Amino acid sequence: MSARRQAVEIDFDHATKVYPGRPAPAVDELTLTIPAGEICCLVGPSGGGKTTAMKLVNRLVELTSGDVRIDGESVTSLDPTELRRGIGYVIQQVGLFPHLTVAENVATVPRLLGWPRGRIRTRVDELLDLVDLPAVDYRSRYAAQLSGGERQRVGLARALAADPPVLLMDEPFGALDPITRTRLQNALLELHEAVPKTIVFVTHDIDEAILLGDRIAILHEGGVLAQYDTPDAILARPANEFVARFVGADRGLKRLSLLRLGEVELEPVDGADGLPELDAGTTLRDAVSAMLTEGVSSVVVVSEGRPAGTLTLARLTQLLGEA
Amino acid sequence: MTGGPVIPEFGRGSDCVRENHAFCWGWVQDNWSGLLWPRLVEHVQLTAIAVSIGFVIAFAAALLAYRFGWFETPFGTFSALLYTIPSLALFQLLVPITGLTVTTVEIALVSYTLLILFRNILSGLRGTPPEVLEAARGMGLTRMQTLLRVELPLALPAIVAGIRIATVTTISLATVAAFVLPQGLGQPILGGLRTFFQTKFIAAGLLAVALAIVADAALVLVQRALTPWVRVKRVQ
Repeated sequence: MSARRQAVEIDFDHATKVYPGRPAPAVDELTLTIPAGEICCLVGPSGGGKTTAMKLVNRLVELTSGDVRIDGESVTSLDPTELRRGIGYVIQQVGLFPHLTVAENVATVPRLLGWPRGRIRTRVDELLDLVDLPAVDYRSRYAAQLSGGERQRVGLARALAADPPVLLMDEPFGALDPITRTRLQNALLELHEAVPKTIVFVTHDIDEAILLGDRIAILHEGGVLAQYDTPDAILARPANEFVARFVGADRGLKRLSLLRLGEVELEPVDGADGLPELDAGTTLRDAVSAMLTEGVSSVVVVSEGRPAGTLTLARLTQLLGEA
Repeated sequence: MTGGPVIPEFGRGSDCVRENHAFCWGWVQDNWSGLLWPRLVEHVQLTAIAVSIGFVIAFAAALLAYRFGWFETPFGTFSALLYTIPSLALFQLLVPITGLTVTTVEIALVSYTLLILFRNILSGLRGTPPEVLEAARGMGLTRMQTLLRVELPLALPAIVAGIRIATVTTISLATVAAFVLPQGLGQPILGGLRTFFQTKFIAAGLLAVALAIVADAALVLVQRALTPWVRVKRVQ
């Protein structure tokens, strides 16, 4: 494995973008810090400037005022092409080069950086394995010979090729069917676990943001930051009416999907006959669903094949109140 | 040609030739190395020079128009105007300036390739999918790298399609050059027509058609070799 570059902090400092000829800013005085190695989801309605805010980082959109700093260094201090080669970039339509093979696509940035042939080859195979596309099968294929999900996996591998400390993702899973999307979301989480990067992830889907984000930034129309916090904090305490409406009336349930049975304090098992048994990896939301389906008010939690405790509706209500 | 028959190109003067049958294979064999083959070679040269020069001009113009949109209309209009001039008229117009020379012929032939090549190259460049351009920019390719590594390769099918049309058109048009210059397959065609000797203009005409077909097929093979991604089996 090539030497890992440390993940870095990204700092938006009163970042503002006004498109020429438009009266209102697309991004208005955005100030937030994304800690190194975290996934920050930018969400909001269309016109909220989330994609614009993301593109300020790799200067596909130039700042009007304010600053964006990566690892303390202003993005404006670097040559844009230089800057972009150090930032992974993934878009919804993937944009694979149709005339190049999968391997050549993945090798794009390493080639620009002038890596030696052998190193590129090793790196490409390593990356294809990382995104679950066996190199032997996929190396020589063209984009036309891939499914939508496979294409985005290649897109992800291509973005990671030169091991950039920062990854920008613009609704990368938005065009995929729900099953493929879930698979890729999980793949991204696993990947992030294995290769920590600071990721700016744009989505309009609050559920996706809750699933993936270490932090979520909710942007208002006009590019105003409405709230920036962890998913749990946003769901528990929406900063205002706009955020509450945006996260939805089911925010209590959404919070439950953040927690798994194995992560909460359980009550002892006593006379649990006939109660549904759920694995410790089940989310609290699915546990509630099971209770409602079975018409019971508690479930037995099973960990490694043995009952570990019970969870009651009363305890759940208490948990939600504690936050 | 010393010591040949009175009308040299009539060959040994077989019955077929003397009675001017529809087609005399013997005449073709007799005149292959002395007449038809050299004219065919000249025809290939006339065409190759015209398409090459036309391509260089059209390519430069298309790049300019791709980069600076305003350039498209003037050059497009100019090349379309050239395209509409009847070829005989264009040759006649040029003769007083450039004389009865290869230059005259090539200027005319090049003029007719410009419109087709310019349009095809430009539309090929513009056909690059926007998400591909966005990805290229996002990964830090410079403008020149994007052009050389992405836009031009992707425009290849359209460019080769343009070269195919231009080549076939030029092969056909180059026969008219015989009015200016005794070169190319137009010369035996014209000669055959003037003397009412059918075999001569049929043989030369067929050679021009065959040349067009062979050139087109060769370009198809070139395109297949250059653009392997176009022919892969698609998923879904």
